[in-house]
Amino acid sequence: METLEMLQAYWWLLIAVLGAALVFLLFVQGGQSMLFCVRDNDERQLIINSVGSKWELTFTTLVVFGGAFFASFPLFYSTSFGGAYWLWMLILLSFVVQAFSYEFRRKRGNIYGRTTYDCFLLFNGFFGCVLLGVAVATFFFGGDFTISKANILNPASPVISQWAPTHGLEAIAGWKNLLLGFTVFFIARTMASLYFVKDMEGNAEVVARMRRRVLVNGLVFVVLFVAFMVVLMMAPGVRFVEGRCEIVENIYFHNLCSMWWLAVLLLAGVVSAVYGVLRGALDKKWNCGIWYAGAGVGLAVLVLFCIAGYNGTAYLPSVSDPASSLTIANSSSSEFTLTVMSWVSLLLPFVIAYISYVWTKMRNKPSNPADDHQY
Amino acid sequence: MNELVDLVDWSRAQFALTAMYHWLFVPLTIGLSLIVAIMESIYVHTGRERWKGITKFWMTLFGINFACGVATGLILEFEFGTNWSNYSWFVGDIFGAPLAIEGIVAFFMESTFVAVMFFGWNRVSKRFHLASTWLTAAGVSLSALWILVANAWMQNPVGMRFDPAQMRNVMDNFFEVAFNPVAMNKFFHAVFSGWTLGGVFVVGVSCWLLWRKRNVSAAISSVRVGGLVGLAGILLTFWTGHGSAVEVARVQPMKLAAMEGLYRGTTGQGLVGFGILKPEGERTDEEPLMFGVDIPYGLSLLIDGNTTSFVPGIRDIIDGIDINAAGDTVCTVSYADRIALGTQAREALSRYNEASRAGDSAAMEAAAAEVERNFKYFGYSYLSSPEAAIPPVALTFYSFRVMVITGGLLLLVLVVATFASKRRRGWLEKGWLQWAGMLSIALVWICSQSGWIVAEVGRQPWVIQDLMPTGAAISDIPSASVKLTFWIFAVIFTGLLIAEISIMLRYISSASKSNIETPKH
Repeated sequence: METLEMLQAYWWLLIAVLGAALVFLLFVQGGQSMLFCVRDNDERQLIINSVGSKWELTFTTLVVFGGAFFASFPLFYSTSFGGAYWLWMLILLSFVVQAFSYEFRRKRGNIYGRTTYDCFLLFNGFFGCVLLGVAVATFFFGGDFTISKANILNPASPVISQWAPTHGLEAIAGWKNLLLGFTVFFIARTMASLYFVKDMEGNAEVVARMRRRVLVNGLVFVVLFVAFMVVLMMAPGVRFVEGRCEIVENIYFHNLCSMWWLAVLLLAGVVSAVYGVLRGALDKKWNCGIWYAGAGVGLAVLVLFCIAGYNGTAYLPSVSDPASSLTIANSSSSEFTLTVMSWVSLLLPFVIAYISYVWTKMRNKPSNPADDHQY
Repeated sequence: MNELVDLVDWSRAQFALTAMYHWLFVPLTIGLSLIVAIMESIYVHTGRERWKGITKFWMTLFGINFACGVATGLILEFEFGTNWSNYSWFVGDIFGAPLAIEGIVAFFMESTFVAVMFFGWNRVSKRFHLASTWLTAAGVSLSALWILVANAWMQNPVGMRFDPAQMRNVMDNFFEVAFNPVAMNKFFHAVFSGWTLGGVFVVGVSCWLLWRKRNVSAAISSVRVGGLVGLAGILLTFWTGHGSAVEVARVQPMKLAAMEGLYRGTTGQGLVGFGILKPEGERTDEEPLMFGVDIPYGLSLLIDGNTTSFVPGIRDIIDGIDINAAGDTVCTVSYADRIALGTQAREALSRYNEASRAGDSAAMEAAAAEVERNFKYFGYSYLSSPEAAIPPVALTFYSFRVMVITGGLLLLVLVVATFASKRRRGWLEKGWLQWAGMLSIALVWICSQSGWIVAEVGRQPWVIQDLMPTGAAISDIPSASVKLTFWIFAVIFTGLLIAEISIMLRYISSASKSNIETPKH
């Protein structure tokens, strides 16, 4: 393997890791989606303060995910973001309104009232998850676009990436994409319920309700995930072999077979997630489900990214012009930039270490909860 | 073609809108994070609870503002893809790296330690909390560093080469990109302007407390810290501003000429202290101003410390006229020639593309050599005429004056307020100083926004100086879509700003009715 290929594979792995971390951290959005399914305002406040301290971590992971994609695969950034305009704009919009809602919702003088901000959080909780799922689904089911780099030579029409006139709305309307979108949504709700079981361990009544939610949301998630995997294994894709592209039937199934270690990881992920969900829902003395289910979901997402991008597979197939499809080879940054960024990526373990250290220190709850910062 | 013009205009309007809103919140975050860190240090060092109360008061305002900065910042990063997709491909190999580094190095730091700042008071030790406050401030500045490295690269593209095979620019020297002299100046200029803004905000709000005679001792202590930070900030902003002007003269002489409304330059060029431009149709190269007060030799002195230096005007630059240190008139490459050379580069690239398809390596090599020879003028090939390279002169000219004049007024207010807080406490009880402090809050934002208008409008028509005009950087989307998202963001961000101001006013008013210096633990 040449250096450039290794770097491309390494950066796709990093993107996959960030994607996995992002899906795990979407438990914040899952929690927000429950804001209006509560018994009273106290329970809503409990949910807000529980996920509220973590919302910035999810938000930052999304920003870094975007930044890393830009630095490592800029052709994806220009093609998908500029093409599926409405899909990405709606995602961004949902996160924009989230960012100020926590801080503003209970502040006096917030003008629009607490319910408005809670509606924003609900909007982000639902659409943020579903639309991110839809965006990731385009990695498998593709988009309607063409790329012609020579367009840059034409001042009257210089844009190199051209997308269908619906600009992402067609992706939102695609049932296969929505299937993954709703899978992500129910993953987020399941993870949120597991997180609440852990975080609110002193509150037996709420925890009991959350355990029931783990079961209900977990079951829906498993059913949707299985359905998505069936659709995915039957889906065709685009593969580039020695510069020529070809349509391959059941490409993701083939990828799982030829990269068997990914199949093993996927199986481990599924087992871990199901164990976390089932025991988290049924064992009333156990509150570590978030870790097992989180690790399982993370592994599954990692594997999905890997089978989308490795083995010469196009991770953004074009349904109208397969030759325009994006692979990690034809859309990446140069070897020099990937090398520089790889050195920078060595900081990531350090970043993860200090985040873990800080949140370990922050586990000590104040003796009087009223002293805590409230959202 | 009209659709293309519309699309470019609306894309620019959207980016300007979102960037300007973002820059309403960010400098306050930069300044307040430092001020809060200093206040908390005083608390930890002296152990006096009153400083904890003062710290918490300003920290709450910091938190309200921080959320707005985060909300408006997200869209900016992604807009490079959604609205400037050609840009993202053409220079993504270079431009994406600082954005990713910003995320990895700065954003995680900010988001982790800001949570400790707010949730950690009763969970971690005093010193750990203090360290977190400082690390948040450091994270904020680190974030500014990398985004300004990216922005400076657009003003002065270095550390790169064009790769005809990929039809894009690729990085070949990371250190040139990271330590771009324009970036260094921009970073310090922006961060120090944030200190100024934070300092003026603290002084202004404290003046309101003094005017209402509420929490007087806390207000005076706040003026001391805020005034010192603001004063240091504005002095350093002036200093780095001078450095920025020197860099602009070196790498973007057209921007400097627009800042001065200068069409025909001369040796020993004066600086327009105050002036009014003639309307665009009536403006002549020799007499562009309706009225103006010159500071003799000012501009020549500003750009290289020499009163006799020649400063080219807009017309000189277009015609390719310069005067060297010996006083001889020399010819540089005129804009008409640049357009011709850029067109040659574009045509050579087209030939390279055809040769590549035909597999003719000799023709590819010849075409690549020609592309390389003229690539520095590549962007000019998109211009319809030399005049298309002139930025909006009036907006740049007036914004520059507004920035400098308001900056001067802020310096005066900060000097007086800081001096009063140290030596003449009685002055702080005077209505004139209290009102000057309060009005400065509006001035400092006008000053800060004007600075960015000079920097970004003055760079037009380029998105990357000399390499890519803004019109070639767009995405292929209908202008109606961009128009719609523009209004969506305009409504949301305006609503957000109104709510933020309302919350801040209400908080300042209600918190100041009780004793700020007695913190709730």
